[in-house]
Amino acid sequence: MAQILKIALVGNPNTGKTSLFNQLTGLNQKVGNYPGITVDKKVGYCQLTPDLKTQILDLPGTYSINATSADEHIVFDTLVNDQNPDYPDVVVVVTEIENLKRNLFLFTQIKDLGIPTILVINMVDQLKKKGIQIDHEALEMALKTKVILMSARKNIGIDELKEAIINYNSLNTSSVADVSERIRGFFFEHIKDAFPQYSLYKSWLLITRDEPTTFITPEIQDKLDLFRSKEDKIKHFQHKEAIYRYQVIHEILKKTYQVDRAKGSDLRGILDRILTHKVFGYVIFAVVLMLIFQSVYAWASIPMDWIDTTFAQLSEYTKSQMPSGKFTDLLTDGIIPGIGGILIFIPQIAILFFFVAILEETGYMSRVVFLMDKIMRQFGMSGKSVLPLVSGTACAIPAIMSSRNIESWRERLITILVTPFVTCSARLPVYAILIALIIPEKTYYGIFNLQGLTLMVLYLLGFAAAFSSAMLLNYVLKIKNKSFFIIELPNYQIPSLKNIGLTVWDKTKAFVWEAGKIILAISIVLWFLASHGNKNFNQAESTIAAQNAQKNVTVDHQTLENQISSYKLEHSYLGQIGKGIEPVIRPLGYDWKIGIALISSFAAREVFVGTLATIYSVGDSSENTSTIKEQMKAEKDSNGKPIFNFATGISLLLFYAFAMQCMGTLAIVKRETNTWKWPVLQLTGMGLLAYLIALTAYQILH
Amino acid sequence: MVTIAQMQVGQKGVICDIAIDKIPLKLLEMGCLPGKEVQLIQRAPLNDPLYIRVNGSHLAIRIETANLIEINLLT
Repeated sequence: MAQILKIALVGNPNTGKTSLFNQLTGLNQKVGNYPGITVDKKVGYCQLTPDLKTQILDLPGTYSINATSADEHIVFDTLVNDQNPDYPDVVVVVTEIENLKRNLFLFTQIKDLGIPTILVINMVDQLKKKGIQIDHEALEMALKTKVILMSARKNIGIDELKEAIINYNSLNTSSVADVSERIRGFFFEHIKDAFPQYSLYKSWLLITRDEPTTFITPEIQDKLDLFRSKEDKIKHFQHKEAIYRYQVIHEILKKTYQVDRAKGSDLRGILDRILTHKVFGYVIFAVVLMLIFQSVYAWASIPMDWIDTTFAQLSEYTKSQMPSGKFTDLLTDGIIPGIGGILIFIPQIAILFFFVAILEETGYMSRVVFLMDKIMRQFGMSGKSVLPLVSGTACAIPAIMSSRNIESWRERLITILVTPFVTCSARLPVYAILIALIIPEKTYYGIFNLQGLTLMVLYLLGFAAAFSSAMLLNYVLKIKNKSFFIIELPNYQIPSLKNIGLTVWDKTKAFVWEAGKIILAISIVLWFLASHGNKNFNQAESTIAAQNAQKNVTVDHQTLENQISSYKLEHSYLGQIGKGIEPVIRPLGYDWKIGIALISSFAAREVFVGTLATIYSVGDSSENTSTIKEQMKAEKDSNGKPIFNFATGISLLLFYAFAMQCMGTLAIVKRETNTWKWPVLQLTGMGLLAYLIALTAYQILH
Repeated sequence: MVTIAQMQVGQKGVICDIAIDKIPLKLLEMGCLPGKEVQLIQRAPLNDPLYIRVNGSHLAIRIETANLIEINLLT
């Protein structure tokens, strides 16, 4: 008879909780969402014995059960509401040897909740190196629980933990630092009387919570509010509680935990001095960024080419193998290129997230936040906004999700709104082909390649746009700024490849899933609009044949195909739309064909090149850039002048730099801000900006 | 009265008073309490935030928060 035991992992950030989670669950984990809230839910499974399967919930890292951020509220909801489906049978609190004192604060709070609790002290492989000694037995007695000395990375203590979990029924559930005992007063007596159904500590937690609690009935909420109104008293007691808990912890550790200060090396001090140096700190950061970007390009191009070719071949193969007809066309011209268009970004995104994960695992990221905070605040953002902005160079979708750790809602909102300005990898194919068309292949002094420089300028433009709009928003947004900023600067550590691998996997999956769904849907819609039309469309073959006959021209098969495709496109629904918007985009230097590409790009930028391939009726379905380039060069307008001239090219580049052309991002912004207001604002604001700038550029250069 | 914001890099002090209603509870829960030792490890360029070691924890806080914590300097 199998049962599923529910376990919750809690602990401070930087205790190696994730390493433990990965050790216990391996690939048996999945990341999902808590309904209605933008917090990742990490669940995994571990078969402890043939009869005992466990579900392990990796709760977000937190310093206290008193919740301020969305992450922390999840911890609260899971552990305080015994009707919550994830309410655990056993809680494992993960701490580590160096910050044990602070880590235990959360432990004493959890112990007060009355759930069987096991304490894990992680990183014990470094005890000697840090000169720390722990009296295991004495600690177990004092803390009234099972204490496991562990090194998750070195696989020490894992079996003992499993053993302890199996025997969870024998765990002591009494409190370690009984707050209510110590902090007496009529106030607490009244609470006890008012809420007989909850333990005193639980009632206290519900009262002091600064957000409404969803799992409480309105009647109880009202009663809680009566107590909640005594704000001064509550603050006073909360402080007394914090002081008291630390007193208890201090007493316990005095007898069970010794540190020989002389032994620990000061590597951390030395590294900190260098990495947060007034000048070198920034230099090093700039160099690190350079290295990351270089590597992303260098390493991503090979897999990207491979994916490109493979999908083109897949399309061809499918076309040849399946009976011809609408469904086959949908498959080969809509679905397969659509999926290929999503997968081709995986190399760049995965590599970038690989580097970002290394920065975080080693502890360097918090030093960057420390260096950048003041600067970022000038723009209404936080030091923690660096991560989303840098990640945005891969893809804005996971970047925006990583803004969740910004405490101030105002700073977080501004970060979310400006991140899409950063040049993401989807803009690159567009930039690449336009630059190749209109920028001469000149190199100055052997190193300044004109085309490369243009690309760099576009990147800088993206960042400049992000920061300028942040500044503008900072000035304009009338939202109260509850600014409190606390960041822990953890000790440096060697990154664990296993953890990094799993993180990259999670984030890449997020991109593929979130962006992918939409890109695929749009690809199909576009295919439909491009391959269906009014009666002119349906009579394409005969019309072309008549035209050729009239001009007394005989054409070969390929040219005839191209002529028909071109005519069909012009008279398809998509073509009609393109012609419809032509008057609006003509001042920017675009014709209806570019108009079509623009429209399709609003779903996802990378669709631009593929659409152009269709428009310029390149015979095969592969996105052979040199052929497209040649076709584009040859395109002439009604006066016989080239369409893709310098002015139009620049105008297009600028349009793509500033416009919000990504449904995936809009969907994520809606989810993270919980309203349609902001994504709509982004779409129209950025669109307007792109239009005006492209317009100005074209008119000046024309 | 000297606050953390006015410390020199490397100086140590003992916390004597905290503006309780303005300081976020979280800071207290992370160990920043009266009677605990605090050392200023580094100031960011532009003087903000401040990197401190308090009660064994290594944290960075903004200067307006540091201004709310009074200390007695040790030597």
